[in-house]
Amino acid sequence: MSAAAQTAAAGLIGRSVARADAERFVAGRGRYLDDLVLADMQHVVFYRSPFARARMHTINVDAAAAMPGVSAVVTGADLATVCAGWTTRFAMWPEHVSAPQNPLAIDEVFWQGEAVAAVVAATRAQAEDALELIEIDWEEGEPVVDPTTALEPGCPPCHPAIEHNLALERKIGKGDVAAAFAGAAQVVRRRFSFGRQTGVPLEPRGILASFDRRTGELDIQQSHQAPFQMQEIYASLLGLPLERVRVASPDVGGAFGIKLHAYADEIAVVAIAMLLGRPVKFQADRLESFVSDVHARDASVEAQLAVDAEGHLLGLDVDLLFCFGAVSAYPRSSIGEALQALDLCGSAYRIDAFRGRVRGAFVNKVPTGAYRAVGQPIACAVIEQLIDDAAAAIGMDPVTMRRRNHLPARPAEAPMLPAAGGIPLGPLSLDACMDQLLENMDYRQLRATQDALRQRGVYRGIGLCTFVELTGVGAGLYGPNQVRVAGKEGVRLSLLPSGHIQCRTSATDQGQGTRTGLTQIVAQAMGSPLETVAVAAGDTSRDPLGGGAWASRGISLAGEAALLAAAQLRANILSIAAALGEQSQDGLDIVDGMIIGRDGEALMSLAEVALKAHYDSTAIKLDVIPELTVERSYAPTGKPYFAANGVQAAQVEVDIETGMIRVLDVWVVEDCGRIVNPLLTDEQIRGGVVQGIGAALFEQCIYSENGQMSNASLADYLIPMASEMPQIHVGHVTTPERETSLGAKGVGEAGTVGAIGAIWCAVNDALRPLGQGVWQQPFTPAHVLDVLHHPEMRQGEARLPPF
Amino acid sequence: MKASGFQYARPSSLEEACALLAEHGSDARILAGGQSMFATLNLRLSAPSLLIDINRIEELKGIVLAEDASHVRIGALVRHAETASSPLVEQHLPLLHMAMRHVAHPAVRNRGTTCGSLALADPSAEMPACAITLDALLVLQSRDGGVREVPAVDYFFGLYETARQDDEILIEALYPACQPQEVFGFDELARRHGDFAMVGVALRACYAEGIISDLRLTTFGTDPMPILSTAAAALAQGQAWSVALGEEIARAAVAELNPDHNHFGSPEVKRLQAAALIRRVLAATFGAPADSTIPYGASHG
Amino acid sequence: MDDLSVRCVEHANIQFTLNGKDVNCLVPVRRNLVDFLRQDMGLTAAHVGCEVGVCGACNVRVDGAVVRGCLMLAVQVDGLSVETLEGLAESGEIAALQRAFVTRNAMQCGFCTPGMLMTANELLQAKACPSRLEIRDAISGNYCRCTGYQAIVDAIEMAAGEDA
Repeated sequence: MSAAAQTAAAGLIGRSVARADAERFVAGRGRYLDDLVLADMQHVVFYRSPFARARMHTINVDAAAAMPGVSAVVTGADLATVCAGWTTRFAMWPEHVSAPQNPLAIDEVFWQGEAVAAVVAATRAQAEDALELIEIDWEEGEPVVDPTTALEPGCPPCHPAIEHNLALERKIGKGDVAAAFAGAAQVVRRRFSFGRQTGVPLEPRGILASFDRRTGELDIQQSHQAPFQMQEIYASLLGLPLERVRVASPDVGGAFGIKLHAYADEIAVVAIAMLLGRPVKFQADRLESFVSDVHARDASVEAQLAVDAEGHLLGLDVDLLFCFGAVSAYPRSSIGEALQALDLCGSAYRIDAFRGRVRGAFVNKVPTGAYRAVGQPIACAVIEQLIDDAAAAIGMDPVTMRRRNHLPARPAEAPMLPAAGGIPLGPLSLDACMDQLLENMDYRQLRATQDALRQRGVYRGIGLCTFVELTGVGAGLYGPNQVRVAGKEGVRLSLLPSGHIQCRTSATDQGQGTRTGLTQIVAQAMGSPLETVAVAAGDTSRDPLGGGAWASRGISLAGEAALLAAAQLRANILSIAAALGEQSQDGLDIVDGMIIGRDGEALMSLAEVALKAHYDSTAIKLDVIPELTVERSYAPTGKPYFAANGVQAAQVEVDIETGMIRVLDVWVVEDCGRIVNPLLTDEQIRGGVVQGIGAALFEQCIYSENGQMSNASLADYLIPMASEMPQIHVGHVTTPERETSLGAKGVGEAGTVGAIGAIWCAVNDALRPLGQGVWQQPFTPAHVLDVLHHPEMRQGEARLPPF
Repeated sequence: MKASGFQYARPSSLEEACALLAEHGSDARILAGGQSMFATLNLRLSAPSLLIDINRIEELKGIVLAEDASHVRIGALVRHAETASSPLVEQHLPLLHMAMRHVAHPAVRNRGTTCGSLALADPSAEMPACAITLDALLVLQSRDGGVREVPAVDYFFGLYETARQDDEILIEALYPACQPQEVFGFDELARRHGDFAMVGVALRACYAEGIISDLRLTTFGTDPMPILSTAAAALAQGQAWSVALGEEIARAAVAELNPDHNHFGSPEVKRLQAAALIRRVLAATFGAPADSTIPYGASHG
Repeated sequence: MDDLSVRCVEHANIQFTLNGKDVNCLVPVRRNLVDFLRQDMGLTAAHVGCEVGVCGACNVRVDGAVVRGCLMLAVQVDGLSVETLEGLAESGEIAALQRAFVTRNAMQCGFCTPGMLMTANELLQAKACPSRLEIRDAISGNYCRCTGYQAIVDAIEMAAGEDA
């Protein structure tokens, strides 16, 4: 067994250690972007387009610039002198053609919320006062707002730089779908509508940029998940060498993918800092966040499933249409969630025949981008709902049908095999998760209670959702597509003269607890007491280059890098210790920060080793003294992701008179491989589940026919609050990731991946005796009553092309 | 967003406050709780030139039971929290007590005022509907017009529209104290606890020897102002309770509504929800527990 | 206090106590309480999440009652006492809650935590042993996007048990 593997075997890893950050947060000592103040700092507010599509004939900023406290009013033309524009491109998707962007719109705007001008002033209030005096001569255009319309032949493109609105089209096919459907005992069809959403982290986006004209260095603090990505972008767009650009993230008040992208307004702030030569801060407020943060999950799906009389899945046919925004998010594009929604559909099941198509349409709305779980909740909701429909059609219990078709358990060393949509998957633990889930929820009792209550006119529903999710995604995605986002995570370990271990990592932390998990891994691997290990991240000037945080990569990738680095550092330390102690290195160990000899005797402390190595190197009788700083990085190589799996279940109660839906309980059994910190892992799952409940029942960006969002406030965009949320019961099965020594898979998005499908199935299970079903997420009380009372509001016939 | 600039005055007497309001008219706003007003100001949906802070005017404070115990006076500075925890209110205005648990959230209740909610007249708010149901008197004062009382049923005209003139301050509300044999019912449907109601029902009636009389049933949240049902009163008068009566009353009360279409749904949806809620509140007030076939009310787990 | 009586001003001198200490300063009347505390007093525990009183991130305590810092003006605290989370933490008043939140990991990004602790503390002072339902209702005006609330309810229940 390698040193790294030995370490991974026992100890601090697997313990529910409390977070050091938690102590700070409960004392009010968080340090978020808006808490940062620099001398001579100015504040930026943006004039944002009220229209989804319009030309600006003139912009008059004179009156605004004369207002008290204002130091500048900046337009797109001003910024073009210091900052280039950019266009999102994915090399392996040349047909994905996005319109270009500038930091501030020039001449024409393409979504409500697009920033057009910036006022820079001593306070935000003064800047907003000046904003009211900016005069723009608008000529409203005709926005394209509906994805179906956008793709009709002859529909004008939503942006003059593109020829048409088809942003993406991908088709996959395997097996003989025509035969599968022709020979089926039962075919079920369904339409799905997923409402447009956004992430709403409690701390809105923010950036503080300063450019020192003396040294030509750009220093940026940004509430962001991927500092290295942004360093690359700022250097490139502003014409600076990388080594003179520093991006650092302070504490981040929630991110969820929303703070993963490069926003035009944030790039504008950096350009303004360079233009003015003084620090500028932009702290987005809630109002503008709704019309500037990336949107997500706006999709409609038509799908059908063919089964035989014994409930085997014979064929799956899905057609997904995503509604993007006016441009593709930069630099990662808007296509990720559309691709994953197709690729992961049916991935938990043996399905021999599969036809799938996903399209994405550009429209005049806020650009869409990655938001927690990135398309996978949609993939799961589609297949799981179809399975429930099919089970009902042939009179089979939904659990039985799932078991009958789950990808079977395979030996741990079994080769990868393609899932329904083509994604290669290693062995999963679906049935084991299902077994545990059914026990945890007492499935039989719940069904019995459901039946009894139905007699009394109380409609409860139980919904299951099996899910497979890809975590740690990145290495195989961005590089091949020539996008400068690192898919690896790095760790640098240093033994300090104090005997403490300093760890710097590229894996950033927005509350997940990655830093704590890494502390545990490093402490165990080094044999150091937990409190002597300090992990820091989020600073391009100090960290090893790497990705950051997305796709649940922190522990699974950086944790592996930490093991590799620790193994080497340990070897280096023991080599020095052996020389100092004039002993052989064999049999030396590090326990509790002490070098221990062959017979268990304490020889010297780590501090003593470090002091000698750093300050008294001639005392070490080695020709080459190994370094006490070691850096390693890790990215998945065999396949560029770690596949995790699990099953969720939700129990709901639907009040058919008022349409109100209550979520009574949610259960999750998740297999994310080795769990480094059970407390933090389970809390990630719970948080993810609640975001899924929010999607299924509460959240949507409501748009008018003019492409203007009508519920852009926290009072009207309904985020789940405490009184409506259920207890979430979490259990685990553990199948270690076989590619790494650590054996951990990602888990941060698992709750969201399965929760939406579980709620779909639960609500429709509740309504099944009434012969109706919901189909437009979020399932508001209005939608429930509409489908119960109005035939024209029901889902109608799913339209799929003939085979 | 940051509120636009304004001037600020903090009168120490009602006379001073009325004088300022008379002088500045609709350019000024009275600041009591400010829980709705500052939200509006922070969004720059409104930009008054002057805020008149009345929070230090002693005579506006207090919940007082009249000497003859006929009514309870709630002053303009009484916070929701005070109303919610007041033994006087619990004993003499049980409908208000029932409604208070639906009003906003603790931090907003600590600052927002009962009279402020009446003055704002949000269609989805609980207090206007309760004031109508209880036949309260709203007391207005101005520099030039002196003091005048307006019955709640005549006070609310439409969306944020009330009988209050620009130069008047709502200084207190007077609620008739409950009588023996009076019963009350309240419930609302909201997507989330503390949200403004999608639809709500407040009712009061005399219920003696199994006979209902003087039913005041108010539905709010569906229309621009709360709707007191005349049909419900007529149908219930002198009747014994039955589930069928409840259904009939609900149908008739809903027929008097003219719901708007909004984010919560179509007028049709509102009618369905209002009907269900009215049936349930009636059943909870007059019926035996078994009459409630569907568990309703507190919908949080 | 009297100079504000019938004069309409754009700036005002206020005297108040802040976390137990006397403060005397000039404020623009348009500045709200949370902005004033964060920018002028350097107390950044209270956060700004929505500016319309919905999210609870700005909760602070004024004259013993927890209020929305975004829905009060700084000028309004003249003559009153203001307490922020920093003050409550320093005095030890919320030690049990803090311990429980840390143990149970009742926060992730931490942005909602100061407002949440303010609310939780006020609840436990009014009701020593609230039920989980009562806890959920009490925190229903505090928005958390990270935890899904269960850990927070657990922690408040734990702290209530500790103090009992």
